[in-house]
Order: sequence, then C-alpha cells, then structure tokens
Amino acid sequence: MNKRLLHSVLFFLLFTATFFAQTIEVCNSCEISTISQAVEKAKPFDTIKIKKGTYKEYNIGITKPLIIIGEGNPVIDGDNKGEIITIQSDNVTIYGLTIVNVGTSYTTDYAAIRVVKSENFLVQNNTLERLFFGIYLEKSNHGKVLNNTIKGDAVNEYNSGNGIQLWHCNNVEVTNNRIRNVRDGIYLEFSDQIEIKNNKSTDNLRYGLHFMFSNNDTYTNNLFENNGAGVAVMFSKFIKMYDNVFRKNWGTASFGLLLKEINDSEIKGNIFEENTVGINIEGSNRIDYTHNDFKSNGWAIKVRGACYANTFSKNNFLYNSFDISYNSNINDNVFDKNYWSNYTGYDLNKNGIGDVPYRPVKLFSYIVNRTPETIILLRSLFIDIIDFSEKVSPVFTPDNLMDNNPLLKPIDHD
Amino acid sequence: MLKILKYSFFDLMRSRWSYVYFLFYLLLGVMLLFLNNDLSKAVITLMNVIIVLVPLIGTIFGVMYYYNSKEFTELLLAQPVKRSSIFLGQYFGVALSLSMSLIIGLGLPFVFYGIFNSGAIWDFSLLLVTGAFLTLIFTALAFVIALANENKIKGFGYAILLWLFMAVIYDGIFLMSLVYFEEYPLDKFSLVATVMNPVDLSRVLILLKLDISALLGYTGAVFQKFFGTSFGFILSSLMLTLWVIVPTYFIQRMAKRKDF
Repeated sequence: MNKRLLHSVLFFLLFTATFFAQTIEVCNSCEISTISQAVEKAKPFDTIKIKKGTYKEYNIGITKPLIIIGEGNPVIDGDNKGEIITIQSDNVTIYGLTIVNVGTSYTTDYAAIRVVKSENFLVQNNTLERLFFGIYLEKSNHGKVLNNTIKGDAVNEYNSGNGIQLWHCNNVEVTNNRIRNVRDGIYLEFSDQIEIKNNKSTDNLRYGLHFMFSNNDTYTNNLFENNGAGVAVMFSKFIKMYDNVFRKNWGTASFGLLLKEINDSEIKGNIFEENTVGINIEGSNRIDYTHNDFKSNGWAIKVRGACYANTFSKNNFLYNSFDISYNSNINDNVFDKNYWSNYTGYDLNKNGIGDVPYRPVKLFSYIVNRTPETIILLRSLFIDIIDFSEKVSPVFTPDNLMDNNPLLKPIDHD
Repeated sequence: MLKILKYSFFDLMRSRWSYVYFLFYLLLGVMLLFLNNDLSKAVITLMNVIIVLVPLIGTIFGVMYYYNSKEFTELLLAQPVKRSSIFLGQYFGVALSLSMSLIIGLGLPFVFYGIFNSGAIWDFSLLLVTGAFLTLIFTALAFVIALANENKIKGFGYAILLWLFMAVIYDGIFLMSLVYFEEYPLDKFSLVATVMNPVDLSRVLILLKLDISALLGYTGAVFQKFFGTSFGFILSSLMLTLWVIVPTYFIQRMAKRKDF
C-alpha cells in the first residue's frame, strides 16, 4: 500500500517539478502560519507542506492546481463554523490531513473536503472526524478517493450528512476508505463509471452504500456491517456487485441489500449474513444472482413484485428462517442448482443433484406477505402444519417456483 | 391440604413417569447443548418444545392421575378432611412435581454448561417460568375436565381436544380471522387474541426476548411496545395467573358439589 502511495506522490511531484514548482511550508511558528495564507501565496502546481499542529480554519478555497500534504498529522479544526476545504480547480491533491469539527447546517451541505467541477483530484490518507458531510464530490470526474478514515457522530438522520458523496461524477475511484457513524456511508447520485473497492462502511445511521440514478458502476470487496438499513441500490442500471459482505443489518426495517428498479445487473460472490432481509427486490429485471452465500438471515430474499427474468443459480441458502418470500403466484424468475439447507429430498443416482425439486417459498411467508400481522404466529405449531401440507401439495404458492436441480452439498465458490 | 399435597407430591416423585419426564428434559437439554453449542439458539428450539409438549403432558398427566387415584380419593373422602383440600392438594401435587421435573431437568444441563455466565440467563429463566405456568394451567384444566366426566374415555378425549384447541386450532382460527379481516387495522385484535391464549402468550413473550423478534417487523414493534412496558408485563403475568386461578376455583367448586 505504502509503495503505491509513494508512487502516486512521486508521480505528482515529478509532474509538478516540470513546472518549476515551489514548496511552501506551513507551521504554527513559520512565516506562513495559516493554510489560507499559503494557498493564496502559492502559484499553480506548487506544493504546500503543512507541519504538525492544529490550525483553526474554515472556508479554505482552492482555485488553482496545488498539492497539499500534511506531515505528522496536522489537524484542521473548523470549530463547527462551516465548510473546511473547497476545491474548484483541476489537479488538486489533498494528502494526510486530519479535519475535525465541520459545521452543521440545515440549509447548506457543509463538507470537510468538497470538490467542485474539477478533474484529476486525489484525496488520500485523510482522517475526518466530527463532521457533517465528509468528502463531497460535485460534477467532478477522473479522480480518486483513497485510504481515508471518516468517523462521524451522527445521531439523527435529519441533521447528519454522508461520508463520501458523489453527485454528477464520472470515472471516480473510491478505494480502501473506512467510514462509520455517518448517515449514508457512500452516496452516489447521477454518477456513472464509479469503482468502489475494499471499503468498510459500518455503523451508519441509514445506508452503508446508497445508489440513486447511477449507472455502470462496480463495487467489489466492500464490507457493510451493522448499518441502520443496509445497502440500497435504486433506479440504476448495469451495476456490478462482486464479493461484498453484508452483515448484521438487523432490525425491524433493515435489510442487507435493497434493490429497487435495478436492471441488467450482476450480483456475484457476495455474502449475506445475519440480516433481517438478505436482499429485498422490487421492480428489478434481468439480474444474475450467482455464487452468493445467504446465511442465517430472517428472509434470504424477499421478492416484492414486478421482478422478471432474474436468475438465481449456484447460491448457498444456509439456515435462513425463510428462504424466499414472494407476493404473487406468478413467477418469471429462474431458480436453478442452488444449495438449500432446508432441502429434505434424496439423491438416488448419486449425481449430487436432488431428485425431488425444492420449493423455496413456504405458505406462511406467502400469508405474511398478504397480511403482515400474521407474522405474530411465527413458530406456532399450526404454522408448521400448514407449511407441511403446502409443501406436499402446493395451492397458494406459485407452483412453477422451484429449484429443479437442488444441490445436496453446499457450493464451494472458489 | 398440605398433607395431601405432600403425599401426592412424594407419590409422584416416586413414580416412574416423573422420572421419565425428568430424564426426557435432561436428555433434551444435553442434546441441544451438545449439538448446538449456542445458548440462544438452544433457547429457541426449547421454546418450540415447551409450548407444544408442556401443555400436552400437563393435560394428559393431570387426567391420568385423577382417574388413577380415584379409589384413594374416595377413601380419603370418607375421612374428616375438607373436600377442596383433597382435590387442590392433589392438583398442586401433580402440577408441582411436573414443574419440578421440567425446571430441574432442563436447568441442570444448562447450569453445567454455564448459563449463569451467559447473557441468555434471562431468556432461559423466562422460558422456565412460562413452562411452569403452562404446567399449572393445563394441569388445572385437566382436573376440571376429569372432575366433570366420570367416563375415562370421554375425559381423555376432552383433554386431548382441549390441548389441540389451545395449541393448534386457536391459531388456525386466529390466522383465518386475520386474513379475513385484512382490510381493517389488526394490531389491537392480534394483541388481544394473543393475550387470551396462554400458549400464544408464552410463545410471543419468549419470541420478543430473542433476536428473532426483528422478523416480526411492524407488528413485532407494536407488540414490543406493549409488552416492553411494565403495564404489558403486569398484564401478561396477570393473564397467566388468571388462567391458573380460574380453573383452580372451578376445581374447588366442582369438588364441593360432586356426588361420589
């Protein structure tokens, strides 16, 4: 990691060296003792080195290409007065700063670092604490947000902001960030070609990751744990979701992953563990679900309606209270070659595939969908009896909703 | 009364069935912990067993004991002993020995497993308390049925029917009415219907204490709000106590008037 970091810094140094760039040092006892002063004095492509210390500043506007490097963890304390750093220029790097006490407002979205209509920005190794919005990217393209730590203290949704917010951005890389205790960990709106990798988004008030109207994005290897509601992907197309972990989003209105109006996407290799609802699907078409693990969820998958031509294959469904919940008796989705821990069939020809199809929808989950109040009968003997009779001869649940080739052993995804 | 209670109690303690019942719970507890290694999951499985088996065994055992000790009862009636104390003594003897088998049988393996050092201790004690309540309730109901029916077969039939009604049919009617009236707000209704049936009440009380309560969603939140308050707690314990007191009163009344 450090090597890569060094490379990127070196690259920028070389790049700027060609323009005969200068280095300006800022420290509490230096000639230049505030960052705003340094920014004002600097010429384009200069480097500003901020030494160790605490700087009480806010509204630092950067309007020329600069490299700002913090040495020895300098702290910028905004004193809850407003926005801290606003970037309105291409080729700006913010590296190694600690920014605390961003102002909270009900009318303006104050951010610790805001990037406006800029390209080739790099926000790396910063620590943001006690904040409203963390890193706010606005109509900015081709940038990177790497290795930042964002630690909020959000209590209520209405007066808290998002960790990393992308609004109308393209081709941005968000990697290796750790975000906790904010409203939405990472929020994307109208942002395309975004790559979100190796982030940890935990303990957030609302969503760990939130997509709105964003297409062609990829998120891989992220961890979303213990968020208020989980991860929401809404009104988007061509999203790739690979190898993420959705854990412990447990609460009466929580889910691991919410899909609403998502089309032509791919969900592969993810782990859904101990969520009230693993995936909540609404109005989503042509999505491939393969090689996912659903483990110990209340509902593994809740299909709400208007979901067509989805394929669920080679997934493991392990010890969920309900595997699938379905609210209609028409089915256009395919379930094939999954492993279901609740499967009770047999395999006479020993080919690893059960000879009896598996019906993942229980009658009780159908009834609960119709009349939510009936959930209070959960784990009653009567429910077990009707579930059993429905299993023997299905009447209410869609009779073509079944896995014709249920596997007898869990799939090893490697 | 205490003397008869003591006699019934020790009589039952010596009997084979108490041992079988005790050993069954002991084995169940050991097996669950052995296979599961997870206390809170073991509590869920135990809940399933308790809300079905405890009422069943309570009813059957109560009816059986009454019919079996009928001759002895008639002998006692010839003595200068109050009638109510004979029957109440017998009832409490049966109910207490059953509850003891349950509590000790389940308690021992869990104590050895280290329930005292675990967060599940409250869930577990709630489980045992509701189990004891269910035993008291269903044994009392069984005695009422037995007192009302001279005919053994009829008595057994009614007892089984009672259990079937409380454990299964009631939920069926409950479910049907919920589905039938789905257009109306059903929170209050489902709350009342749950509180009315001791089996359902015990099930919901335990469920709400467990992680699994998150599955109950909005309805669960309504229930949580109700049972979470001291009013809800008092009301539900009052309801369970009422379910013990009313049949006990009937035992006493019927015992007084019955012609032997």
